[in-house]
Amino acid sequence: MKNVKDFDRPFLIKLLEDMLLIRRFEEKSAQMYGLQKIGGFCHLYIGQEAVAVGSIAALDLKKDYVLTAYRDHGHALACGMSSRSAMAELYGKIDGCSRGKGGSMHLFDVANHMYGGNGIVGGHIPVATGVAFKIRYNEEEGVVLCYFGDGAIHQGAFHESLNLAKIWNLPIIYICENNQYGMGTDFRRVSSVHDLSIMGQSYGIPGKMVNGMDVLSVFEATAEAVRQAREQQLPSLLEFQTYRYKGHSMSDPAKYRTRDELDSYRQQDPILILKQAMFDAELLTEDDYEQMDQASRKAADDAADFAENSPEPALETLYEDILA
Amino acid sequence: MPVITYREAVRQAIDEEMARDERVFLIGEEVAQYNGAYKVSQGLLDKYGEKRVIDTPITEEGFTGVGIGAAMVGLRPVVEWMTYNFSLMAFDQVINNAAKMRYMSGGQISLPIVFRGPNGPAEYLSAQHSQALQSLFAHVPGLKVVAPATPYDAKGLLKTAIRDDNPVLFLEAELMYAWKGEVPDEEYLIPFGQADIKRSGKDVTLISFSKPVRIAGEAADVLEKQGIDAEVIDLRSIRPLDEKTVYESVRKTNRCVVIDEAWPFASVGSHVAWLVSRNCFDLLDAPVELVSSEDVPMPYNHTLELAVQPSVDKIVAAARKVLYLDK
Repeated sequence: MKNVKDFDRPFLIKLLEDMLLIRRFEEKSAQMYGLQKIGGFCHLYIGQEAVAVGSIAALDLKKDYVLTAYRDHGHALACGMSSRSAMAELYGKIDGCSRGKGGSMHLFDVANHMYGGNGIVGGHIPVATGVAFKIRYNEEEGVVLCYFGDGAIHQGAFHESLNLAKIWNLPIIYICENNQYGMGTDFRRVSSVHDLSIMGQSYGIPGKMVNGMDVLSVFEATAEAVRQAREQQLPSLLEFQTYRYKGHSMSDPAKYRTRDELDSYRQQDPILILKQAMFDAELLTEDDYEQMDQASRKAADDAADFAENSPEPALETLYEDILA
Repeated sequence: MPVITYREAVRQAIDEEMARDERVFLIGEEVAQYNGAYKVSQGLLDKYGEKRVIDTPITEEGFTGVGIGAAMVGLRPVVEWMTYNFSLMAFDQVINNAAKMRYMSGGQISLPIVFRGPNGPAEYLSAQHSQALQSLFAHVPGLKVVAPATPYDAKGLLKTAIRDDNPVLFLEAELMYAWKGEVPDEEYLIPFGQADIKRSGKDVTLISFSKPVRIAGEAADVLEKQGIDAEVIDLRSIRPLDEKTVYESVRKTNRCVVIDEAWPFASVGSHVAWLVSRNCFDLLDAPVELVSSEDVPMPYNHTLELAVQPSVDKIVAAARKVLYLDK
């Protein structure tokens, strides 16, 4: 854990709040999935909160962009999407960010520069590279964070994109959220190397492996990569070592791993370790934390109430939003 | 009026739109320093520089996806595939991203992007390099598909495509690039969804698009000598499809032959034939005929490859069949 005393208290509070909101939102999503309010594929972000929150905290979303894969609830919320809009989308309701047409895997919030939400493993990596291409074409200052899992890193789309980003010097940071399993497959079984951060080396792209359970380490590594991308147009690759507590999706009981493994990660839970470090540094009291947690639970409840009361999309909307 | 090649017409359209709009750029394999594998982009690098005429490595999925990402945030890419055969490497990007991004985002995103290159059989190229793939793209909602057959139509439709705020698949053909036709000096646009009656007639309607439009016209010449007055309709755009012009013609002639150089199973041609059969049923005097590619991969041997494709003879025979002139 980085030393919390190196950071301002309001910044730390914001990180903790954002992680708590995602945690409670996802718990509510799981609950509502169980009640069949949410259907289809639903990939929860519980355990990985420090990655989205710590990295997006390094951005200025007026000029920077975020694209991710299908485990996208955390990124959307960290970019500032309202929990109501996100939950209504999971419910498939008209007030969802994508008017009920995208669902869990396709959260989009263009106003906050969150460009999805993509269900094809690795398919968004060239697209994110294209957003970085636009920044360079227009000589803007922005950068792109492109998130994907350890499962996506072997797709051709990843490798083609890294080569293009390097030959054109695009301001993009490829973020591999290594949560150890591509669906039910331990990444070590299917990767020629176990240090995924070196995957950029054959393209001349520097990589770094970082503890993805420590939100401050995530923030610092991303901030450094963002600075390099902004100032020197240097693409980079970050591997955040993280862990998802739940299965790949709601339908996955995760029998391919042990209870001990899960418990050991729970002891380095991203919310727990930041909270504890702030307690130790006397930057947070139990009361403070309790209030924040209550607020997060309330926001998640409110999002579910909102989604419940939002109307179904009218059948006429079927043929809307196909063409501009 | 100046007479120019199809190749030159495509180049003029790109050139004029790049001059008009800074956001338009050309990206693909060999488009810049090599001046294009088929010389469509000849001279554009010298005129616009490497910022806007961009050579890529041979990574169709990668640069197609880059185009989609750039379009998503406001640029207007023209993505050249050296041929549509290689678009299959980028199929996921087109089908899962370009066609669906607007829908999946509930209308938050526009994708002003053109994918273009030669499609359909050429000569002596065998199975992997001689394919007419329009049906694959036309199948998918969210895409527009345009397939002009003359230099005039190519220029007017490509300019429209570049100005459109949606993904447009623009189909050229290797064997059409040298075809010549009149193209005016002054600027013009051709809207999508308007078929063109290339030849007016009253006895039978021949419907086609892209390269086979020419042999449909030649077949009409042959039929004329036999006393048959054929109408030739060039669809020009497949999606959107101008059903009105098609039905008006068939209601006049009561007989219809559809010509499509793609395979017959679930093709644009079979779809158009079905539409005509359904919507002109009471007025048809014969079942609609479809002249398509044979249902085989393209062979290398020249005699065989010609036998695979629609031809003047096949179209004439189909027309005579719907007129009950041959047993």
